[in-house]
Amino acid sequence: MEAATLPPLEEMDETTRDEIETSVAKWKDAEGNLIMILHEIQNRHGYVPRASSLLLAREMNIPLARIYEVLTFYHYFRLVPQGDHNITVCNGTACYLKGSGRLLSELEKQLGIKDGETTEDRMFHLETVRCIGCCGMAPALVVDKKTIGKNSPMDIPPILEKIRQQEKTHEDQ
Amino acid sequence: MKTNDPLQELARLASENKPETFEQWLRIGMDSGGIAAGAERLLSACRKLVEDHNLPCEIQKSGSYGYAYLDPLVEIKSKSLPPVLYGRVTPEKVSSVTLDHLSAEKLADDHIIASRQYGTALTDPTQSILVLDTSCEEGDKTKFFQSSFQDEIASKLPDSSLSVVRALDMGIYHEGLVVQLLPSRVTYTNVLSRDISRIVTTSLGENKVLKDLLWTKPDPQCRIVLRNCGLLDPEHLGEALARGTYRGLAKALAKNSPDEAIREIEESGLRGRGGAGFPTGLKWKLTREPKADRKFVICNADEGDPGAFMDRSILEGDPHAVLEGLLIAGYAVGANKGYFYVRAEYPLAIQRIQKALEDARQCGLLGENILGSGWSFDAEIRLGAGAFVCGEETALIASIEGCRGSPSPRPPYPSVEGLWGYPTCINNVETLAAAPWILDHGAEAYAQHGTGSSRGTKVFAVTGKVQNAQLVEVPMGTSVHEIIYPICGGVQDQAHIKGVQTGGPSGGIIPENKLETPVTYENLMQLGSIMGSGGMLVMDERDCMVDVAAFYLKFCVDESCGKCAPCRVGGYQMLQLLLKITRGRGSVEDIKQIERICQSMQKASLCGLGQTAANPILSTLRYFRDEYIAYIEGGTAYARKRKKLLSQGESLQQAS
Amino acid sequence: MSVTATINGLEVTVPEGTSILEAARQVQVRIPTLCKHQDLFPSSACGLCIVKTGTGKKMPRACATALEEGMDITTHDAELTEVRRATLELILSNHPNACQTCGRNGDCELQDRAGEFGIRQDYLPRRVTDLPCDDSTGSLILDFSKCIKCGRCVQVCQEVQNVWALSFLDRGINTRMAPAGDITLAESPCIRCGQCSAHCPTGAIVENDETATVWEALRDPGKICTVQIAPSVRVALGEAFGLPPGTNLTGKIYSALRRLGFKAIFDTTFAADLTIIEEASEFVARFVEGKGELPLITSCCPAWVDYLEKNFSDLIPLFSTAKSPQQMLGALAKTYYPEKTGLPADQIYQVSIMPCTAKKYELERTEEMQSSGRPDVDVVLTTREFARMIKQSGVDFLNLPDEKADSLLGEYSGAGLIFGNTGGVMEAALRTAFNKVTGENLPPEGINITPVRGLEGIKTATIPVADTKVRVAVAHGLANVENLLLQVREARDQNKPPPWHFIEVMACPGGCIGGGGQPYGVCNEVRQKRMQGLLDTDEKMALRFSHENPEILQVYDEFLGEPLTGKAHELLHTSYQPRPIYQK
Repeated sequence: MEAATLPPLEEMDETTRDEIETSVAKWKDAEGNLIMILHEIQNRHGYVPRASSLLLAREMNIPLARIYEVLTFYHYFRLVPQGDHNITVCNGTACYLKGSGRLLSELEKQLGIKDGETTEDRMFHLETVRCIGCCGMAPALVVDKKTIGKNSPMDIPPILEKIRQQEKTHEDQ
Repeated sequence: MKTNDPLQELARLASENKPETFEQWLRIGMDSGGIAAGAERLLSACRKLVEDHNLPCEIQKSGSYGYAYLDPLVEIKSKSLPPVLYGRVTPEKVSSVTLDHLSAEKLADDHIIASRQYGTALTDPTQSILVLDTSCEEGDKTKFFQSSFQDEIASKLPDSSLSVVRALDMGIYHEGLVVQLLPSRVTYTNVLSRDISRIVTTSLGENKVLKDLLWTKPDPQCRIVLRNCGLLDPEHLGEALARGTYRGLAKALAKNSPDEAIREIEESGLRGRGGAGFPTGLKWKLTREPKADRKFVICNADEGDPGAFMDRSILEGDPHAVLEGLLIAGYAVGANKGYFYVRAEYPLAIQRIQKALEDARQCGLLGENILGSGWSFDAEIRLGAGAFVCGEETALIASIEGCRGSPSPRPPYPSVEGLWGYPTCINNVETLAAAPWILDHGAEAYAQHGTGSSRGTKVFAVTGKVQNAQLVEVPMGTSVHEIIYPICGGVQDQAHIKGVQTGGPSGGIIPENKLETPVTYENLMQLGSIMGSGGMLVMDERDCMVDVAAFYLKFCVDESCGKCAPCRVGGYQMLQLLLKITRGRGSVEDIKQIERICQSMQKASLCGLGQTAANPILSTLRYFRDEYIAYIEGGTAYARKRKKLLSQGESLQQAS
Repeated sequence: MSVTATINGLEVTVPEGTSILEAARQVQVRIPTLCKHQDLFPSSACGLCIVKTGTGKKMPRACATALEEGMDITTHDAELTEVRRATLELILSNHPNACQTCGRNGDCELQDRAGEFGIRQDYLPRRVTDLPCDDSTGSLILDFSKCIKCGRCVQVCQEVQNVWALSFLDRGINTRMAPAGDITLAESPCIRCGQCSAHCPTGAIVENDETATVWEALRDPGKICTVQIAPSVRVALGEAFGLPPGTNLTGKIYSALRRLGFKAIFDTTFAADLTIIEEASEFVARFVEGKGELPLITSCCPAWVDYLEKNFSDLIPLFSTAKSPQQMLGALAKTYYPEKTGLPADQIYQVSIMPCTAKKYELERTEEMQSSGRPDVDVVLTTREFARMIKQSGVDFLNLPDEKADSLLGEYSGAGLIFGNTGGVMEAALRTAFNKVTGENLPPEGINITPVRGLEGIKTATIPVADTKVRVAVAHGLANVENLLLQVREARDQNKPPPWHFIEVMACPGGCIGGGGQPYGVCNEVRQKRMQGLLDTDEKMALRFSHENPEILQVYDEFLGEPLTGKAHELLHTSYQPRPIYQK
């Protein structure tokens, strides 16, 4: 279908435009390119901004609905930015058996958010993954890309406190 | 196009890319598991060490051996000793371990992982002795035996420079004190205090083997698919070539027609290792048959079972083997284009496949006129994006095409109408990694392993309450018991085993009294489970089966694509019923409804995900119905008590 | 190639590729389904049409499985029925128990299946989404809780209409059909054609019911209620009363409207004749006199107008500026009619009965829709709403005597009548344009312009008019339009002669007879019959040219003056503007 009348090009900021044009140029001739381009966008921003999707729809001459059908189907894609600190609970079988569920509920309780959500101040983002491959360290957490193994719910408050302290010193500086 | 003999061409490539050999080297297991356990910090610590002390040592990276429970792994080769594998090496400890090993050839206590190859003859004089108490009883006697040995050696062989080292893992469990003599790898088990003097006099002094103590059981594992994992640098084509990778392809290109290659795979009895066990040779044949302008082969690397990590380990540890498999599949079915469909959550695997593709393309192993054979083929990566259902073939195809990963009804089968409407053959990572070995060593060599219609070997990812969570590759027909006990060391904390879940969210539970069953596609099916991709979850008596069933069901509910009603609503409603039961608010009527929903999901779901999502529930209902009933009859009080016990980690049996 | 197999022991031979579902119909076996629609590809969503083949180990879906040679199919046995019932219970458990207050009450596929399976008890608690309804368009109401995710609306919106307003979002139990990215339907590319509602098996997408507004107006002593009915309503309304599609009920409809309390009964078909005069004049001006661009594109379909404004706004100069018949009639009903009858113009309340949900939106499309100084049309009811109103009124519809419309705005020609089907506007316009160019009527054997008739998605023809040839194209179902427009755009951008001189577009498949507001159960068989109903009536009429309609001649003579100018221009023409989408 002909790309519909979208908001005028000038309103999009230039970096977004450049990014999309580069990605589309790179993948234009490759078959099965949509998901690959969406990955590139997410890698750049940490999520897929709406403006990028709108531009992509125009550049690729596909309906926006096509893009959103894909974006919302796959759990990997995010439509909102993540928090400053990401806490991932491994929910692979080994971690599950060894109590990842209790880690998750403790985190949910402490942060006041549910799995997949971000705190209002955007400081913490909480999510679960299927398996990070450290079954020997079960139950495992990944806090800002660092794996912490053999956790119990009691370990959660100090971990969060440490991050909050760091943020505070940052602010004070 | 100028064509050459592919075998000669491969030999030329291998010699051109021959890896440098070093007298001293250090190799770090840089797979995802290792990295999560700190391998990267280990790497920088080692680099710094080598620089600071100006050590003549090459630092290399490798994939994983599969010993997940021992991560991170470091293997060190010094001048006069064979390579020694160390496990659980922290960045803090790595400096002293490495320095002692390289400069003084002194082995570090409590970190050595013994080789699984056990010697039976004392050819070379013994240089070091590994000791480990494997009895797992209260009070580890390893240290006691270490000093006893040292004392005995000091008194009987005063001039000896023999060192006695405490090992971390011997690969032998529940066999009392285990002693291994290096470098001969002669291994004694169930050694008692009184045996020490015999060993020192006879084996160390006279170089004679003590037959009564000798461990003669061959290693139950058989590494075909994992043949190179942990043994080479996955980002180094030369090392892969040196270990014989691409020889299967070259042989096929040189000697076999595509039909012959297919016949070889058919005769090997190889079946799809992704789950359903469809005969691979037949799949190739069905894709070869239709006439079409284009055909595709796809490597399904969208490993999604929770707790399964064999595909990731293979891709991270030996990407060239999988690429070779994809090339062979492409040659056999008549495709000129292939795709790796990889989970986006596996960045390291993606990076290594990308490197493998680039290196292979550079050397003429990919692209036009491969190995001078005149045959052309290219491959690219396409990423998944977090959808378990995309392991289903039609959904996978939809995903590559850039659509929602919803399955479509079959027929038409992908072998007739697949990617962009062309015949497409989709194989799992493990299947593709096995294919080159078969073409290199012959169908017979592969088929000699296994039993009945389940031939060859299978990789299992054993996790849960098992002593040693790890990757295991065994011949088909090995019993679950053998995998859990002799290979993986049994259940943690000496707890009582309750069952083993196989096949992930599509599978079922094998109860304790069926653990002796040889693992084959048919046997597992009969027990109400499936082979699946090879996840094995060990559960002990403290684990609640209703909870486990709910865990797997929740996974399927999260991963349902939502297209068809039985799966979308059925899974969701059934999960609500299960949760109601575990809260102590269920009724017998609920079990009846659960069974009805199971039937609807099994019969009326569109794809495998929905059809099998009920398996964990049906299986637990079959073997552990009493647990469901206990929740229902015990009500909330029982549920609360149970939850409390589980969270305290106490044995229910002890409590009752 | 044909295949022979047995279904429930009955031998059946069908062409290769026929689905088991279709093949079963041939041996009088009906397999239940909730998602398969005859217009659409099988989505395999509901799981009700499972059957057994051979051993019966697997249960393939009859809708999506082709019958193969020698198959032995069982469509009904105890096990199949039990699995179907359990599946249906699951579907119901995800659907609110609110039939009595639902827009589809009594005419719902899900209700029908539940009735057939004799479901008497909720074994599972009903768990439904709490997403709020989307009523942003004013034409359609999306009730997400009632959606069974059959995918018909999405397929119609994307594949048949090429609109892409609706899409499947999210997955698993959260799957929903909605516009891309948490926006309302009004902010999406939706053109309100209502095909989604016409294909929906449940009450998840229904027209915005405005019967209450009409009742209120009828009871208001300060309002003089007048009404118009569109051509295609008369051949479809009967279906809501159990009559076969295509039954022409014009006389009974007039009679019913009068009993409902309308003071004057007009016929949109009169205004269709008026539209033809204006549009044919416009065509002749552009084609013969070169005043304006070609091709001329028809604009009586508001969904199509919306689509063009949203997606092809560069082609606006090609659009006919003539208003749709509904709006022309509205304008005259509030100016000419009161002037002639002496009724107070500000008390006239104009209701129109339309086959269409987009017509509800057309009332407010531009300021020109208030050319009389107030809304030219006050409220639009779809055929479905009208049927409900008749049933509410206590009128024994099928036994009503036939009556006539009120004069001034009630007389019509056969040409106006066929406005209701695809190709009809083109045919009617050509009949009049021929006269305008040559000064003569088409000969009797040439009045039926058959090349533009039928359900083919795109119809093109070259029609000799005097010594020139007019190239025309007719498209219906918007997915068929894009290709035409791209060719037009290319020729236009390159200053080449246009591929066609005159293009007719109707958004809905089959035209207005297949409109989104028509009775449920539409498929090509039904469309064909409704269309035949109009064509047969045209054939039998003495008056078959718009320009010969005496009331038309009268209105120009006494009120409008010349086509395209003065009062005609002021009351009967409109303008277009680009409408950006996804502004949120």
